[in-house]
Amino acid sequence: MRATETHVAVVGASICSYDGGVAAPQTTPVQSPDVETLPATDRPWITVVHDDPVNLMTYVTWVFQKQFGYTFDKAQSLMLDVHNKGRAAVSHGARERMEYDASCLHGYGLWATVEQP
Amino acid sequence: MFRRYGKHCVATFAPDEVRVLRKVATEVVGLLTDGFDHGDPVVDRLFPDVYPTNADDSAEFRRFTEGDLKTGKIDQAGAILAALPSSSGGEVRLDEEAAEAWLRALNDARLAMGVRLDISADTDLGEELDDAVLSDPSSSRVFQLSVYAYLGYLQESLLTALTE
Repeated sequence: MRATETHVAVVGASICSYDGGVAAPQTTPVQSPDVETLPATDRPWITVVHDDPVNLMTYVTWVFQKQFGYTFDKAQSLMLDVHNKGRAAVSHGARERMEYDASCLHGYGLWATVEQP
Repeated sequence: MFRRYGKHCVATFAPDEVRVLRKVATEVVGLLTDGFDHGDPVVDRLFPDVYPTNADDSAEFRRFTEGDLKTGKIDQAGAILAALPSSSGGEVRLDEEAAEAWLRALNDARLAMGVRLDISADTDLGEELDDAVLSDPSSSRVFQLSVYAYLGYLQESLLTALTE
């Protein structure tokens, strides 16, 4: 098992899929139902986007489509969650992947964090 | 403001607009190079803590990702500088890749100005501008708020042109 303090994905905005053509796989396969019984370190992580007074709602929707390959409807619904609830989980999966997502979202100027619910 | 022509997003900029865009893009580059300072709230906003409750993990993440993120942001601000016409004004014609870099760079510039101007969820930009004009029409705050509003319209028009 990997120690958390050395467990950081080496990613950067320069390799994010900005071309939007082929979205990288954004989530792991559906978790098994007994996920709650897994050790803490094996439970999925999430990337959270927080509400922000500057970012345009249309821009945030577009970023979710670009970064995750989400449909307009899904991207807009996530954007509205961010706007109305203050935050929304926009992707889930392995910790390294969530750090990659967060770093890419920072490249777009979104306020993204990573957590393990 | 941008319009779509075939595969390009095209806008014509007056001399004042070219000057303002050059100034804000140059300021963003300055902020990310010589002026880079983690004590600056603008830098905190452009490079958020990925683990707000765990400083060690945040620092570790930063150590691996900050260089690339910074380079990306410098490059996207550079895309604005590269495409701007001369100071006498003129046309800007962006392909999809350049348009996306402009969108991200305009957003960085707006984030930076938003922090400096103390823009919050409750801010009514029109009211804010009216108040600033009433208090001193020649103040820097009036200019900064106008530029902030202008960048928002420009970003929205580019996004519409790109995605229509």
